[in-house]
Amino acid sequence: MKYALRKVGLLILTLWAAITLNFFLPRLMPGSPTDAAIAKLSQNGPVTAATRKAIEIQLGVPDGNVLEQYLQYLKQVVTLQFGISYTFYPQPVAELVSQALPYTLILVGLVTIVAFVCGTLLGVLAAWKRGTWLDALPTLGGSFASAFPYFWTALLLLFFLGYVFKIFPTSGAYGVTNTPGLNAAFLGSAAVHAVLPAVTILITSLGGWILGMRNTMISTLGDDYVTFAEANGLKPRTVALRYAARNAILPNLTSFGLALGGVVGGSVLVETVFGYPGIGYLLLKAVTNQDYPLMQALFLMITVSVLLANFLVDILYGVLDPRTRK
Amino acid sequence: MTTTPLNPSAETVPVDDTLLAAPGPWQVITRVASTIWSNTKARIGVIILLLFVVVAIFAPLLAPYDPSATTFARSQDASAAHWLGTTAAGEDVLSQLIQGARISVFVGFVAGLLSTAIAVLIGLSWGYVKGWGADVINFVVNLFLVVPGLPLMIVIAAYLQNGGIGMIILVVVITGWAWGARVLRSQTQSLRGRDFVTAAVFSGERPARIVFREILPNMTSLIVGNFFGAATSAILAEAGLEFLGLGDPSTVSWGTMLFWAQNSNALLTGQWALLFAPGLCIALLATSLTLINFGVDGLSNPRLRESRKAAK
Repeated sequence: MKYALRKVGLLILTLWAAITLNFFLPRLMPGSPTDAAIAKLSQNGPVTAATRKAIEIQLGVPDGNVLEQYLQYLKQVVTLQFGISYTFYPQPVAELVSQALPYTLILVGLVTIVAFVCGTLLGVLAAWKRGTWLDALPTLGGSFASAFPYFWTALLLLFFLGYVFKIFPTSGAYGVTNTPGLNAAFLGSAAVHAVLPAVTILITSLGGWILGMRNTMISTLGDDYVTFAEANGLKPRTVALRYAARNAILPNLTSFGLALGGVVGGSVLVETVFGYPGIGYLLLKAVTNQDYPLMQALFLMITVSVLLANFLVDILYGVLDPRTRK
Repeated sequence: MTTTPLNPSAETVPVDDTLLAAPGPWQVITRVASTIWSNTKARIGVIILLLFVVVAIFAPLLAPYDPSATTFARSQDASAAHWLGTTAAGEDVLSQLIQGARISVFVGFVAGLLSTAIAVLIGLSWGYVKGWGADVINFVVNLFLVVPGLPLMIVIAAYLQNGGIGMIILVVVITGWAWGARVLRSQTQSLRGRDFVTAAVFSGERPARIVFREILPNMTSLIVGNFFGAATSAILAEAGLEFLGLGDPSTVSWGTMLFWAQNSNALLTGQWALLFAPGLCIALLATSLTLINFGVDGLSNPRLRESRKAAK
């Protein structure tokens, strides 16, 4: 209990630090949002001081000293008011985020879980059957596939299955004729559009889980208690799953927790190649258009979700491995 | 697990001095190299890696044309003069490919080394200390861990606007060391409970010596593995950032080649060589590092070396 309470205290402290970092990061960097907006306007002619002031008010650029801005920002964070997007003016940031979030959560979330379960099991198998083709095939295939740059795998799939053989759509999350909602036509179209991005993420992430599990499992297999269990004449399956894998899964579980937290951030590269309207694609759009309110909100959301996932993993670690509670 | 159990017996039984003396740095390096080389997969990886390193070093001599010359016919298919064709801007693809090896090898090596050094220093001390010290380090590492890599890289790259290779290395190291530190901490925590560490504590050794001389050698494979892993992700991150158009687009690298390929519709014109070659090079280089990691397994656990399998 004391362990959990200390972790909660740490979580709150880290949350505050992350939120503060998100406040100072844009202010440490050169350039300001108003300058970016004015640079776009000034292509049409000179910008007067009055126009500049008007733009600042319109964009809701915070005024006052740093402390006032910081307090205002904290208030915004607590009330989830992130202002209005510059790029998609006059849509509020919160609305843009809530439009993009479901696509990312379903696509990346499902694929992450599937990849973790399959990869970990394959890793156990590979370590247990060390030296046979059951080891060589998944580990070599996995390490080769995970060394593929995400976006290149995506580009190749898109080129062959989208452009050359025309099996799958080349961009977007659903057909032009569909209206998003709970109707069969939309869901079917959305499923077809999700295939290529999903396959890309699966191919590139599976290898990491296999290798991670295999490597820790191999060092666990060298431990005395495994030899002892084998000497006791336990069934190989019991030794592999109940003794060795149970201890070897801890590092992989840490990564899984963090990966789940990272789901919210989507997969910028894959979403960009396929023009998939998730969080990652939105972040890239915000960045290339210097849409500071959108960028800050997205970055904060991604950071906070990884933070929470990390906290849950820490608690879980304490339950699974009592030694860390000391 | 390696040398410490010998120490207590040293006072009573005469033991060969060479067994007690710590191996010199050269001995360690040659031993590491021969262990890695003895593994078939790792040997293939080493050969591929060396090939890329040689190409990177001698790039100006090997490239048939100036990689930034835009004087050739545009969007040409492969021919005798241009083995891999030309880009939409009229550059020779093969020359660009050779030049691009430099950036990737350099970024991978430097960023991998820097983030491993930080990960070892922080991960080991973090795993060894208990109490408020561990909490302070935990706090700092968590801060770096929670800020997700690619989004942070993208945001910083956006604020810095067209920063060069130095900026990319900086961002990769800032976002990359924390993973390694966390993995090394877990291992340190479990080694800390072993008898040889307890023995070292009772014999009055300083914590720094226990961590870096007693515990660290048991994690050689993790640390070397961490270097190759960090180098791989640095290479992939660098290519990814440049593919998104966030690096310096005038640099000739594999990432920018793919960036220009996508933006000049190489997908539609069917210029597969332009699309295929840079990505394949990134994948091959990254794979070679992953393959070397297979040989690294056997470093700290001799029972895992390939020869054991043959004897079995």
